[in-house]
Amino acid sequence: MLHFLLRRGGQAVVAVFGVVTLVFFIQRLTGDPTLLLVPETATQEDIEAMRRTLGLDRSLIVQYVEFLTDMLRLDLGRSFVQNAPVWDILLSRIPQTLQLAAGALVVALLIGLPLGLIMALTRGRAISRWIMGVVLAFQSLPTFWSGIMMILVFGVWLKWLPPSGIGTLSHLVMPSVALGLLSLATYARITRSAVIDELGKDYVRSARARGAKTGRLVRRHLLRNSAIPVISITALEISQLLAGAVIVETVFAWPGLGLLTVQSIAARDFMVVQAVVLLGAFVTIAANLIADILYSVVDPRVRLSGKS
Amino acid sequence: MTGAASTFWVRNRSLLAWWPAFLLGALVVAAVFAPWLAPMDPDRQNLLARLKAPGFEARGAVYWLGSDELGRDVLSRVISGARVSISVAVLSVLLSGVVGVAVGMLAGYLRGWVETVLMRLVDIFLSIPAILLAIITVAVLGPGFINVILVLALTRWPRYARVAYGQTLAMADRPFVQLSRAMGASTPRVLALHILPNIIGPLVVVATLEFGLMVLFEAGLSFLGLGVQPPMASWGAMLSTGRNYIATAWWIATFPGLALFLLVLSANLIGDTLGDRIGKER
Repeated sequence: MLHFLLRRGGQAVVAVFGVVTLVFFIQRLTGDPTLLLVPETATQEDIEAMRRTLGLDRSLIVQYVEFLTDMLRLDLGRSFVQNAPVWDILLSRIPQTLQLAAGALVVALLIGLPLGLIMALTRGRAISRWIMGVVLAFQSLPTFWSGIMMILVFGVWLKWLPPSGIGTLSHLVMPSVALGLLSLATYARITRSAVIDELGKDYVRSARARGAKTGRLVRRHLLRNSAIPVISITALEISQLLAGAVIVETVFAWPGLGLLTVQSIAARDFMVVQAVVLLGAFVTIAANLIADILYSVVDPRVRLSGKS
Repeated sequence: MTGAASTFWVRNRSLLAWWPAFLLGALVVAAVFAPWLAPMDPDRQNLLARLKAPGFEARGAVYWLGSDELGRDVLSRVISGARVSISVAVLSVLLSGVVGVAVGMLAGYLRGWVETVLMRLVDIFLSIPAILLAIITVAVLGPGFINVILVLALTRWPRYARVAYGQTLAMADRPFVQLSRAMGASTPRVLALHILPNIIGPLVVVATLEFGLMVLFEAGLSFLGLGVQPPMASWGAMLSTGRNYIATAWWIATFPGLALFLLVLSANLIGDTLGDRIGKER
């Protein structure tokens, strides 16, 4: 187990290192990162001054080492547009994004799991195919369209829910559903195949032969054994939700990290954009690591075989 | 249902199952022949006919799907948006596919340090959520038609590399590959003539599913103002405008979104079906 943890942890560290390097190179895709940090109206002298203050006139190696050490110290720098530390800006937005992601996860689990279970238990029948059709449709729905359509129907026409913004619990409903639909489809499909796998096993057959009713079978055996893939997919879905939040927050004017990113691009606040991307990548790497560890705890074969 | 009607449906069930292909075909035709199919010039503004509801008639011309905030015909812009959407998706799938497949095959065939370096690179790219990687790259390069294609390709090649890598590993030990290697065939020759034809199936499935994703990404970037720039009609940009006019003019956002949904749905259904078929063959 220790060996597995060390190897898997080492991979995660390499990935973090790689992401930081990649972002460093992306900054320099156009040759001069200074241009990303100055206002569009800046004169040549302003650009030169900025370049010297930031040390961007030094050699690439020196800049790279400095970027790495900043990241190791968790120093994301200052936003020149808002004139504030980037961390402070991020921290003011993180709670809203977490709220939204949690809401979406609740929607996805509460609807996705039962749908998957029903599909598995009614496999081969028309109802199963219809549900699968709906699930596939959810998967193809662009969140920025389903979100706008929800605003139209429930916000503008029926006036049941506030069309956008933040404040009460009812503000959270539409953004959560819009963001949750894609994960809902994933959960439904994973649950379906996990339950179908379990249904084919001997213990299910012998339980049936002993006369166990479907309800008891599901509660006592199927749900527990099918939970493994569902748990490990949740870790991966969390990073999906954070990425999806960029669009959903823009649709609903929800002041989280996603809206911050879009606003920062418009304001040419590259330091903030870069910080959100790094944060997103680190959350993804951490989530993958946790998923693998959880999986190996539940299923020891994973850590014993060479590949995870 | 009467006897004749039910026989018709039973006999044509296989034909009916082809609907995603027909839908995709129709959208591709609309994209290719957009300038001839669009009833009006998609960019022509008519400030007297702003925000008119579907069916509005002005000087003999009918706005079947209404008009937008500058009096442009929504139907014509949806048709012309299909062109942008499909061409960006096709080009970025081709670019990322070629790069990714080449990387994956090289890693799987050469092994050793090439494999380690390339596949670690794939892992690193995959650990940044794709939409965020696309956003930061556009923030550096700037928006625009060509840049969007480059950014999407940069973001998505690792997906193909993974699949091509796994498939090549399985193929590299086969006797016919070993034989041609022993007879002195060069690496490019073995990869192109012996390995690629045998692993192309799963790659086509990935490319089909990626096509739908690319359509969504292009629209997403354009929705955020980072994609194709105005006045070029893009479904994502239309949705962004439509969101602002949702209380007064529902049609601006509804129709481009519907077209987008149908395009992605048909690509996903085709990809799923292809995946099932190929899975069965093995």
